Amino acid sequence: MRNFTMRQIIAGVAILLMLIVLPLVVTEAFNIHVMILVFMFAMLGVAWNIMGGYAGLFSFGQAAFFGIGAYTSSYLSISHGVNPWIGLVAGGCAAALVAAAIGYPCSNLRGHYFAIASIAFAEIVRIVFNNWQLVGAAEGLSLPMQDESFANFLFNSSKLPYYYIMLAFLLISLAVCYVIATSKMGYYFRAIKESHKIAEVLGVNVVLYRLMAIMISAFLSAMAGTFYAQYILYIDPGSVMLLATSIQIVLISMLGGAGSILGPVVGAAILIPASEYTRVALGYQGTGVDMLIYGLLITLISMYYPEGVWKLFARIGRKLQ
Amino acid sequence: MNKAVCLKVAGLSKRFGGLAANSDIDFFVEEGEIISIIGPNGAGKSTLFNCITGFYKPDSGKVSFFGRDITRMRPDKVCSLGIARTFQIVEVISEMTVLENVTTGALLHYRRIKPAMEKAGEILTFTGLYEKRDFLGTELTIADKKRLEVSMALATQPRLLMLDESMAGLNKVELREIIDLIRKIRNEGMTLIIVEHVMEAVMQISDRIVVLNSGRKIMEGTPKEVCADREVIQAYLGEKYCAVFE
Repeated sequence: MRNFTMRQIIAGVAILLMLIVLPLVVTEAFNIHVMILVFMFAMLGVAWNIMGGYAGLFSFGQAAFFGIGAYTSSYLSISHGVNPWIGLVAGGCAAALVAAAIGYPCSNLRGHYFAIASIAFAEIVRIVFNNWQLVGAAEGLSLPMQDESFANFLFNSSKLPYYYIMLAFLLISLAVCYVIATSKMGYYFRAIKESHKIAEVLGVNVVLYRLMAIMISAFLSAMAGTFYAQYILYIDPGSVMLLATSIQIVLISMLGGAGSILGPVVGAAILIPASEYTRVALGYQGTGVDMLIYGLLITLISMYYPEGVWKLFARIGRKLQ
Repeated sequence: MNKAVCLKVAGLSKRFGGLAANSDIDFFVEEGEIISIIGPNGAGKSTLFNCITGFYKPDSGKVSFFGRDITRMRPDKVCSLGIARTFQIVEVISEMTVLENVTTGALLHYRRIKPAMEKAGEILTFTGLYEKRDFLGTELTIADKKRLEVSMALATQPRLLMLDESMAGLNKVELREIIDLIRKIRNEGMTLIIVEHVMEAVMQISDRIVVLNSGRKIMEGTPKEVCADREVIQAYLGEKYCAVFE
């Protein structure tokens, strides 16, 4: 893997500084909320990309991992008073364990069949939580109000801390993805994506590396889940375990550019504001015009940039150099 | 000269439903030899390859590699012990460049990318593909793809290399080049097993030939012996390739 050029480093630092300053300039709460959602879905996209884009494991069940993360930290916090930061790690581990438990028997499934299995898995998880009294069943869990502080992962007076925490989470997941993509694991993931046969003949333990892809992806998705719970302070299966969320994560990654590190970030930066702002501007009419516009955008991108909008960015970037 | 036995196959059988793809096959390969496996289509050559390299689990029989039992071992384990192979239908990683493809193979013995990539560069220089290192797997001609596949196999640093029809579909010039490459690989001390239909090549480069027909070994011997065998000629060869020995 090539190293970064000076230009790329400068561009990266500039964008980062812009993102740090942005909420201080654009202070309206809804705009900050949209940005937080962009970061969150970008992170979920990056997590999907590790298994879907690199290892070719097309998961349509990421919402299950997201939900397990949200539920684990919330449940531990409500019933045992566990600090949400510890809950964050516990949620990640729980999601990774569940991922391994479902991923292992699915080791031979590829392509469409893996996708179908992932939908079934996520729906089963949702139905279980919908009926599980211990975690509030269909009523969900409400996180109690506490003093706002970083230690409590809770802020009432401003969205700014959430903005920066989510930005940090996104950067962490990008770093994880970068390290994987430029290491032995990334090469092996790409071999597995091509075919199990070729990976095996090159000495790759396919079952093991697939499990690693799924578990890392699940861990990061669960982190986003805990964040969501701490941000909204109320979760139920209907909000954190929806198939629609899983599909949105795939859309963001595919349309942004699967198999590239920044692709899902680009995807989230386009699709989330498009969906949120059209919903606010037109959604109240109840005519579904907002969904039409959103759908049209997705159709156009998949027609003209089937490999992802990231390709376009990369081309412009190369011209600038 | 007493050489070590590299691979030993004993009583190997594999059935698919009612079809006996391999029945009771015995043969061995000494270190440094080139052994060819020939036979008509459906004789069980590829099945034999797959049974040795772990892609199929044989029903009975034993495969050992330098004395170690590798029967029914997983393909990636077989590879890490030192048996590399190519496929009849070429397999390369299409989204990777030539250099990355070979690097993936080299990573079996390296934890970091940089030394693996250096090793891959050396191998590509050896196999004559270095100039095309930045091409994508999909952008290569069939001949170059086959050469790439051999390079990837070599990158895993095997002690035994098994080539499944590396010459099929090549023109005269490409054929010459691949035969030269196989000789070059052998001169480095590699042991090879080759499945091949191109008889001129088989007769030229093999130390010994194993002939399969309907899943059974019908003959084994030097190229000259094989050519003299009536059964082999009837089953497979026809008269013309043996003319050179008369």
